[in-house]
Amino acid sequence: MTISHAVLTTGFLLMLIGIWGMLTQRDILRIIIGFALMGTGSHIVIVAIGYVADGTAPIIDSALAVSDAAGRAVDPIPSALAVTAIVIGLAVTAVMLAFALRLHAAKKTLSIDAFANSKW
Amino acid sequence: MRLAAVVWLLLCLGTVFATVALNFRLRTSLPPLAEAYVEMVPRELGAPNVITGILLTYRAFDTIGEVAVLFMVAAGIGLLLGAGSKTDHVSELQREEPEPSTEIVRTGADIMVPLIALFAIYIMAHGHLGPGGGFQGGAVIASCVLLVLLAKPDYRVKLAQLSVTESLAGVLIVLVGVAGLVFAGGFLDSRVLPAGEFGALVSAGAIPVLSVLLGAKVGCELSVIIERFRA
Repeated sequence: MTISHAVLTTGFLLMLIGIWGMLTQRDILRIIIGFALMGTGSHIVIVAIGYVADGTAPIIDSALAVSDAAGRAVDPIPSALAVTAIVIGLAVTAVMLAFALRLHAAKKTLSIDAFANSKW
Repeated sequence: MRLAAVVWLLLCLGTVFATVALNFRLRTSLPPLAEAYVEMVPRELGAPNVITGILLTYRAFDTIGEVAVLFMVAAGIGLLLGAGSKTDHVSELQREEPEPSTEIVRTGADIMVPLIALFAIYIMAHGHLGPGGGFQGGAVIASCVLLVLLAKPDYRVKLAQLSVTESLAGVLIVLVGVAGLVFAGGFLDSRVLPAGEFGALVSAGAIPVLSVLLGAKVGCELSVIIERFRA
């Protein structure tokens, strides 16, 4: 059991909680929160996968010389991908919230049951 | 019935996740691609922050795509919540005069907004030296706008100016990219400008320039999104 296992477990648990929330909640805002939780969990998993034993942030400064960077830095690629994932997650969440506002304007409720007979 | 299906799905996913988590072996050395990046970014680009080097040079094309996604989201939210549909979805409650915020929020905003803006500029300008960069700085700028909107409910964000700034930043990013195509190795190659002294504020070629431009663009886009959500 290492720090990576603990962080990975946290991330996966967050993803499961998010999926559970998306599938069982009837309120659109709670479904969106479930989606955001799932996204956060996946970001944590991505970053945890990039960890290298006893690694530090891949930033060259007085604490990390260029010569031993390759031996002591963590994998920078998952971190770079996590930045991308966070931005896209924010974008998707924003669009979902906008749709939720429009749905609320149409039926004056945010319960998903009110939209059960919606046609495509 | 439905609950049973959900529980079954979660159990399956949980099994998969548990298998992955239990079989995960902590790496003791970097994979070859990561090792190449960690060595190449300081040597070739002169940027101490490897992640910014990857985001703004080796994978800068991805970053442009990301900014394009953010732009599309801002445009799409404008379509969904924009001026045309404003009258019919504002409820009676929202149509009243917005309630003025309390003294604490207003005073706090007066003190904090300049500091937050300064911090955002710091994050953007030091993206190649330490943790930070365009996206993070842009998000901090948007938080600044959000605080102003909370403190002064009748404040209108100037959408026209924001869109001009945003388009200008976008055009400049692409121009820097084309300059990389002409004067250096390829599209968005940051080596169009000299690498300079390692670790100095003005160094690492075009990375700080791209970082600040990205920050301006992301900040404008997020501010537009926040303004739209105010209905």
